[in-house]
Amino acid sequence: MLTIATGNKAVAAAVKQVSPEVIAAYPITPQTEIVEQIAEYVTNGELKSQYIPVESEHSAMAACIGASITGARTFTATSSHGLLYMHEMVNWAAGGRLPIVMANVNRALGPGWNIWAEHTDSMQERDTGWLQVYVSTVQEAYDTTLMAFRIAEHHEVLLPVMVNLDGFSLSHINQSLETVELGDFIPPLRLPHAIDVKNPRGYGPLTGPEEYFKFRWDIERSMRDSVKVIESTEKDFSQRFGRSYGFTDDYQCEDADVVIVSMGTIGKEAEVAIDLLRKEGIRAGSMRIRWFRPFPKLDLSGRDVVVIDRDYSFGYGGILAEAVRSTCRAEPYSVIAGLGGQEVTYDDIAGFIQGRRPGEEYWFGVTPDV
Amino acid sequence: MYEIRIHSRGGQGGVTAAKLLALAAFRDHKYATAFPFYGAERRGAPVVSFVRIDENPIRVYSQIKKPGLIVVLDNSIMEVVDVLHGLRPGGKVLLNGTLPHDMKGFQTLSVDLTTIALRLNLVVAGSPILNTPVIGALAKMGIVSMDSAKLAISEMFSDDRNVQAAEAAYMELVL
Repeated sequence: MLTIATGNKAVAAAVKQVSPEVIAAYPITPQTEIVEQIAEYVTNGELKSQYIPVESEHSAMAACIGASITGARTFTATSSHGLLYMHEMVNWAAGGRLPIVMANVNRALGPGWNIWAEHTDSMQERDTGWLQVYVSTVQEAYDTTLMAFRIAEHHEVLLPVMVNLDGFSLSHINQSLETVELGDFIPPLRLPHAIDVKNPRGYGPLTGPEEYFKFRWDIERSMRDSVKVIESTEKDFSQRFGRSYGFTDDYQCEDADVVIVSMGTIGKEAEVAIDLLRKEGIRAGSMRIRWFRPFPKLDLSGRDVVVIDRDYSFGYGGILAEAVRSTCRAEPYSVIAGLGGQEVTYDDIAGFIQGRRPGEEYWFGVTPDV
Repeated sequence: MYEIRIHSRGGQGGVTAAKLLALAAFRDHKYATAFPFYGAERRGAPVVSFVRIDENPIRVYSQIKKPGLIVVLDNSIMEVVDVLHGLRPGGKVLLNGTLPHDMKGFQTLSVDLTTIALRLNLVVAGSPILNTPVIGALAKMGIVSMDSAKLAISEMFSDDRNVQAAEAAYMELVL
């Protein structure tokens, strides 16, 4: 069906179709619309899920973990401080090898109190063992949420997946949305280590120094295996429904002398900047990172690289720039822009590319008097 | 790409008007996006909503700086907000009701949306609903087709008075 919807409503529509058995969530701006819409689906009978309105995000993830370990498909959504409040349980979900899907509506952290888009919230969960994907359109939010369940629940992955969408700029924008007839795209969940009362086992026991590292390595092995599962899932999605995405969304990169690397909605607006620069004869391209964990292999050799970070690691630098610098041996021009919903237009992005100083860092909008 | 900025007060329906307009444009087989700028949300506070309409997919997310059309659902906002800011040369303005203000030479149209809403008793929580009649006025201006405007309204609202309000505004707006 073709309609228009917000990013939040698109995620809720996908969740309704996937029909998780358990949804546990706590509202937080700008994610609230997702769990409100899902609650409405459950109330009016369109979605036969057990909906648990918990008292905090820590409990939301704890409830998802408890449900998931029984083999139930589970979903939650959060944002910003809510994500950080569940941080301990976020680690537990990955360590417990539980294929929970979570939508995180990216929002800045306080203080100063701010409800607008920034990626620092999910970046603080970077090393938890969750797969992370960042989307840029309402359609992509819907499609990626569908694929997230299949990828998370695949027997070669069995790791949770976080679908990230920019607060307000994507969560609250109305764009066209084409929903699909899912068919058998997402097979039933078969969790091999699900609690079975006929076969009692211990869960979460003390794991000594002689065993612990093996479980950690197993997470990494599955993270590496997830690459081909992501590829095959996206390929099947493309064949069934006609839309394809990939680890990165590359725009005019083939002959580009300079490539701008970014994530989320800024990465989509960057394409307009590329069109402007191409008209002036500047061979520029845009590479929008979709999957941040596992981090993709990027081919940026022989070109200038500009990275926009909508996040920051204090005392070090932009987190995406760091990833590009270390995996591609590039010396990017690192632009810090869009923090706390700061407006970044295609003209601004074109300016970053034209004014690039490889190896340097630039905070957009910061002047000596700030 | 046609860019529209809608000024309203929280509770008057400016955000929904933007969504309705985008849906109507979409039903005209065009691409459209609609989004508000959210500040501290509260009833009565000035709110800005944006609509982009294009023949091609829209990849721009930043706020509209140079609109071609400005819609003002509550003229009292003009006392506190420079609603004409950034309006393109040759751009248009649509006001709700009379023209007490200096519109700096921009082509300005007006229709009394509030009276239309009150006449049909389209009132929610004490506020006349302006988002459905304004879509009729915008259809008269050719931003969307009237068929798609009515379709969009009936997709979002079951109460037929909303379509009647759009039809009334369509009839009453003098181009």
